[in-house]
Amino acid sequence: MSGELSGQVAIVTGGASGIGAASAALLAGQGARVIVADLQDARDGAGRFVSHDVASEESWKSLLADVLESEGRLDIVVNNAGISGGVGNAETTTVENWQHVQAINSEGVFLGCKYAIQGMKQTGPDKPASKGSIVNISSIAGLIGSAGPTAYTASKGAVRLLSKSVALYCAEQKYNIRCNSVHPGGVDTPIFNPLWQAMGHEQGKAFLGSRHPIGRMAEPVDLGEVVLWLASDRSNFVTGAEIVADGGLTSGLMKR
Amino acid sequence: MPRLENKVVLLSGGASGIGAETARLVVREGGKAVLADRDEAKGRALAAELGDAALFVALDVTQEAGWQSAVAASVERFGGLHGLLNAAGVGVRNSIEDCTLAEYRRVNDINSLGTFLGCKTAIPALKQSGGGSIVNISSVLGLRGASYAMAYCASKGAVRTLTKNVALHCAQMKYNIRCNSVHPGYIDTPMIAPRLGQTVGNRSGRQDLEELHPLGRLGRPEEVANMILFLLSDESTFSTGSEFVCDGGLTA
Repeated sequence: MSGELSGQVAIVTGGASGIGAASAALLAGQGARVIVADLQDARDGAGRFVSHDVASEESWKSLLADVLESEGRLDIVVNNAGISGGVGNAETTTVENWQHVQAINSEGVFLGCKYAIQGMKQTGPDKPASKGSIVNISSIAGLIGSAGPTAYTASKGAVRLLSKSVALYCAEQKYNIRCNSVHPGGVDTPIFNPLWQAMGHEQGKAFLGSRHPIGRMAEPVDLGEVVLWLASDRSNFVTGAEIVADGGLTSGLMKR
Repeated sequence: MPRLENKVVLLSGGASGIGAETARLVVREGGKAVLADRDEAKGRALAAELGDAALFVALDVTQEAGWQSAVAASVERFGGLHGLLNAAGVGVRNSIEDCTLAEYRRVNDINSLGTFLGCKTAIPALKQSGGGSIVNISSVLGLRGASYAMAYCASKGAVRTLTKNVALHCAQMKYNIRCNSVHPGYIDTPMIAPRLGQTVGNRSGRQDLEELHPLGRLGRPEEVANMILFLLSDESTFSTGSEFVCDGGLTA
């Protein structure tokens, strides 16, 4: 398929659903060959499905080996896989819950960046120099304190700063690899399944939507477009940045 | 009137650096200081220097049971708990390419899990004492990235948002407990001592770090301790969930 990402290879973690699935579809729509890396089966998705656990370094090693062997290059990594980890607050969160959430949301993104760089540094006949774009999905919970459970909030704050460190390191090394964090507000994805079950999908969406100045929750494609822009050369001067896509939620106060 | 009269403050990392300097200030201002640290020798020596108003407890901040003992010891010895300073931390230099998963986890466990456990364990005791103030030491590297301190940046970014989450939880529950983060620049403490003697280009490590700060020098532990004192005291009762920067202009 032709498009502005024609010839490029992308990995999207958590690509089976939500923001990941929307991103995979949009990247593929621009001609990228997409690897949908997920624990959850996604054989009907926008790319080639590879079973992958972001918290496991072994899984990252075999994923990268697989991609380099079959595709010969790596250009885009979207570190999207994440969990909310339930509803624990500052008093009820257990050490086990904390560690589980950090393993997926924080360590998973750390490993994703580390192996992304390894892959993006690989050169070949059609890619003479290292180059790439890493997109890390943080959250408005990485910006404010009220947007999630305690362990989730900490993990997304870690992703926010980790992304800047990676961006600066790659710039310093002259790798031509950019790294940015994305901070979505409420998005209609399976991360809210417990709420949908409690309130019903439409009522739940209306409830969360009313908290966003723009009056609605995001659809996954709204975030997929942000990911596509960050992945493409259209954002060539953007690195170490926090891209907030939250319908105005963290902007400030409205008349009430 | 002393600014912390009869307030009991538990300080992780209380045996050295910013923690130790704050403990001195707590005692000078009429409070009680519980020094919680892994370094028993230093901690006991400082507790002895500070006299009856201080107590040392051994603490590995990554262990929840250790935190529970430290909080219990504070309440038993001094009758309550009014302040918590999470100052224990490790400063490690690594990049995204050379940091191992084990090292990433170690740094995050001490700096971020350790701070979470401090908050979690102290909240019930602070509540029982009528409320109080939690101060978490993040860093300028919780506000800005650094190419050479990837895991540290991640851990301090976690502390930054964790602090806001704790602050809002306590506000919502009407506990009268505040929680703020402090973001020091490079402070002349044991954490950065190894770097000061190194050579960076044609300069010493100290000069190199000094030049990062528009004020042209490193911070002194007592300068950060003064900010912490304000946050621990009743002078700051409308501040919660906020970021207090003490960095000689570095992030300006």
